[in-house]
Amino acid sequence: MSPAAMFRCFLGILWREVLRFLHQYTRFVAALVRPLIWLFVFAAGFRSVLGVSIVPPYETYILYDEYVIPGLIAMILLFNGMQGSLSMVYDRELGSMRVLLTSPMPRWFLLLSKLLSSTVLSLAQVYVFLLIAFAYGIQMPPLGYLTVLPTLLLSGMMLGGLGLLLSSMIRQLENFAGVMNFIIFPMFFTSSALYPLWKVEEASPILRDICSLNPFTYAVELIRFALYGQFGGFSALVVAACMVAFIGGAIVAYDPSKGIITRVRAGAAA
Amino acid sequence: MADLAHLPARSTASAADALTVGGLTHRIGERVILQDVALTVPAGRLVTLLGPNGAGKTTLLSLVTRLYAAQQGSIAVFGHDVRKESSAALSMMGVVFQQRAIDPDLTARQNLAYHAALHGLPGKVARARIAAELERMNLAKDADRKIRTLSGGESRRIEIARALLHNPRLLLCDEATVGLDVRSRADILSDVRGLVRDRGMAVLWATHLIDEVGPDDFVIILHRGRVQRQGRAAEIAAALGADGLNDAFRRVTEAAA
Repeated sequence: MSPAAMFRCFLGILWREVLRFLHQYTRFVAALVRPLIWLFVFAAGFRSVLGVSIVPPYETYILYDEYVIPGLIAMILLFNGMQGSLSMVYDRELGSMRVLLTSPMPRWFLLLSKLLSSTVLSLAQVYVFLLIAFAYGIQMPPLGYLTVLPTLLLSGMMLGGLGLLLSSMIRQLENFAGVMNFIIFPMFFTSSALYPLWKVEEASPILRDICSLNPFTYAVELIRFALYGQFGGFSALVVAACMVAFIGGAIVAYDPSKGIITRVRAGAAA
Repeated sequence: MADLAHLPARSTASAADALTVGGLTHRIGERVILQDVALTVPAGRLVTLLGPNGAGKTTLLSLVTRLYAAQQGSIAVFGHDVRKESSAALSMMGVVFQQRAIDPDLTARQNLAYHAALHGLPGKVARARIAAELERMNLAKDADRKIRTLSGGESRRIEIARALLHNPRLLLCDEATVGLDVRSRADILSDVRGLVRDRGMAVLWATHLIDEVGPDDFVIILHRGRVQRQGRAAEIAAALGADGLNDAFRRVTEAAA
């Protein structure tokens, strides 16, 4: 397949994701309502009880609702990554997955295209969220809105890759509730999204260790540093490594000769 | 067994044949779904894969389309091994799945455009082919309606149009008429026969409905994962001393039970 044909294929996948997104515009609203509630209600309440000391990348004391912004951005990416997983399971039940997988394009390319398309949609949501936060009075350094973009892409691809990997293991749409309970919530709460790790350590060193093993923590920190025009090198490395591992696992899982989904799905086929 | 010379029991891949399956065995756990299946679909011919529910037809087509990997045996499309040259093989085949595989929230045109993109067709070519296929199917007026507002027969015809967009030389239809009324079934079958006649397309038509088989059609009877008989419908019936294909099918499936 020529690069031009592959590019057209990617555009087609992206276009379909956009169309589906527009048809399900409530998804867009819901994806924004969640972090906004955290920002307007939770963070506002905690502003007076939780002080955040001067730790990098901050150069001065900040309010809690500013601290929580990177975590809420990562939350959007996390939920969208898992939504991508739901979308894959939905496609499988609807049969659309067969249409995708019988394309003559390499399967890894199809999966990456699907992943990149849903990540691009996530980025749009993140920027709308940042715009609302800006209007609310939480303003980042102007350059931060630009420097955060590559980290959003990297983190979005990592979390989307995790969703893709999970989608290969979920047999039915109904099992998505399990993903919510066992993946999304633990990942979000055992991270630096809501509290700095030194605060977590004060409460429980074990919890701090758990947080530091959570790739989501590194996505949050990568975004946090990038929002202030700084580069979190170690976080970037961890996020990139996890992204490669998750996407690699998903590609293997969706490979008909190696994949676990061969066993999972074939049962219904005879 | 009423085998024909060009439908050998153990096939060898040839670029002249649209589909060649040889020694295909597939298990799910301990359960054998397909056992040493060998068949050939010659270029430009319609072959009916006839079998009751659970015979292994969908698994066979899923292996041909690389949705699952064959555990044992070989599959080639116009000489291209689906495992080693999957891209070439997949670009030569169009598929109509048993389960509806079309996005109900998109319009007919959007679904077709999506498929065209998956095959890397340039926009201009895609638009022209979509218009031509919709016209041929008498669905041009419904092009911008969402699939969920179309009847079962109409959406099925959209799926057939979609399978033809990239000009495949082999069409695989898995129970393409299931759930449709008699008129829609007849229309779809007639359209597919027209593709063989007018375009020289090869078709593997998987069904459990015996009334879709004509007396001169090539038939492969698949039951319990094995090819039980293959040949012309009339010849199979004659070889078994049966009163037509219906009776022959009953005897074959009962004997193998």
